[in-house]
Amino acid sequence: MSKDMMQSFELFQPDNLDDAINLLDRFRGDSWVLAGGHDTFSWFKDRAKYAPNVIDLNNIDELKGITETNRGLEIGALTSLTEIVSNPIIKSNFSLLSDAAGKVASPQIRNTGTIGGNLNQDARCWYYRYGVDCYRAGGNSCYADTPQGQNREHCLWGADRCVAVSPSDTASAMVALDALMVIRGPDGEKEVPAEDFFIGPDIDIERMTIIQSGEILARVILPTDWSGATFYFEKVSDRNTWDFSLVNVAAAMIIENNVIKDIRIVAGAVQCTPRRLSVVEQVVKGSPKNDDTASLAGQAAIRGATPLNYNHFKIPLLENLVKRAIRDA
Amino acid sequence: MFEKNKILEKNRSSRRAFIKGVIASGTAVSSSGYIFGSLAGCSPDQSVLGSVERLVSLNVNGQTRRVDVLPNETLAMTLRYKLGLTGTKLGCDRGECGACTLLVDGVPNYSCSTLTHSVRDKQVTSIEGLQGPNGELHPVQQAMIDELGPQCGFCTPGQIMSAVALLESNPNPSRDEARQAMSGNLCRCGAYDHYLNSVMKAAERS
Repeated sequence: MSKDMMQSFELFQPDNLDDAINLLDRFRGDSWVLAGGHDTFSWFKDRAKYAPNVIDLNNIDELKGITETNRGLEIGALTSLTEIVSNPIIKSNFSLLSDAAGKVASPQIRNTGTIGGNLNQDARCWYYRYGVDCYRAGGNSCYADTPQGQNREHCLWGADRCVAVSPSDTASAMVALDALMVIRGPDGEKEVPAEDFFIGPDIDIERMTIIQSGEILARVILPTDWSGATFYFEKVSDRNTWDFSLVNVAAAMIIENNVIKDIRIVAGAVQCTPRRLSVVEQVVKGSPKNDDTASLAGQAAIRGATPLNYNHFKIPLLENLVKRAIRDA
Repeated sequence: MFEKNKILEKNRSSRRAFIKGVIASGTAVSSSGYIFGSLAGCSPDQSVLGSVERLVSLNVNGQTRRVDVLPNETLAMTLRYKLGLTGTKLGCDRGECGACTLLVDGVPNYSCSTLTHSVRDKQVTSIEGLQGPNGELHPVQQAMIDELGPQCGFCTPGQIMSAVALLESNPNPSRDEARQAMSGNLCRCGAYDHYLNSVMKAAERS
């Protein structure tokens, strides 16, 4: 078992965000931000990634907690997923997020896993995780998109050398809720809409989010626009616990007299970023919420999907999930 | 033959006691340095704001234990190899099986995926901490025996810790709630229903 002892690193546990940012600035590329650790420790134990200086954010109280402000509901990045699942305000006003958070991994992982960590987790392509020199790891090939490559978990859209998908369940919910991500860096804070927060390999193949080295996701703001809307979240995975989505769908709708007045609908695990289904939104907006609209929405959702060798099943899966989202929400 | 067995038994137990003694004594400092092969924590960076001290006090099962902890050491490693608390099992060491589950401030955690340095100010409860003052079994442990919960038993300490945490927060769970609460613990023998029977039995009795 001692082979699984992580390589040695220096551990820093600052108690405020400014110190954390200073430490990141001091160590630059030799630093690693630690939240719940479930992504981090796998990388370290597998010897696939490493940093000599680990900055643990768990002692920073200003990164924790859920508060109502005049801008909406602010959720600290170090808030645990369990806290999000059980928070009464989220449950009553933004149940889309608590439903998604409740589907993440296992109870123990939700107890220590954080919303910031879930949103910032790295790609879950098993070739990449194995530590091979694929494009995402700075190499010059993709092992998943080959005739023999195992790619049933991989993408339907947005392939650009890398075919990994957005693994986070809460990311889909954040985009559907039009959340604002507040990022703290050496030059202060900036806010980015969730939709622009996640980036694909065409923008930067080595990152999943817009966060750069030296920056930390401080909190997420859920605007009141979608508070109390009609929500639908569904995740399909091989196992109910631990597993990542094969496809997930998150939708927020405003329905009046059974007509869909407004909608944001997002699919996860079908491309490298949460995929906002704009075509579906256009198709269903202003239409009655019924079976016909749902069928049209499902057909619109899969337009342009380009499957790999083993993930054709994701197309009907996505179609049906979108259909259900419109019909059953 | 009987005598021989007895001698073997004696030898075995004394060797075990010796190893435990070594772990508990100061010798562990040099030997763990060999096992973990690291000098991390000894660098001049100690003075940097927020860097961690290696010698820490841990609250484990109601006792304060002084222990030398590496920055990259997980709680499961500290408990098993430095404090001699081997009731906590390491299965996958990746947070994917649940065998290492224990309670941190009453909440189930995977100790293989928790840095020991992150629980310095918290109460850690492992399977050894469940026994009563006179060594009585915890009601969940007794129910596990009565309902033949475990098969091979390797995942049992983790299963019990999840069940204890569930019954603390929800003394009368439905079978489905119990299933959800136990879903972060794998059992390779597939004794899930037996474990659930045990949890329901323990809930019934409390």
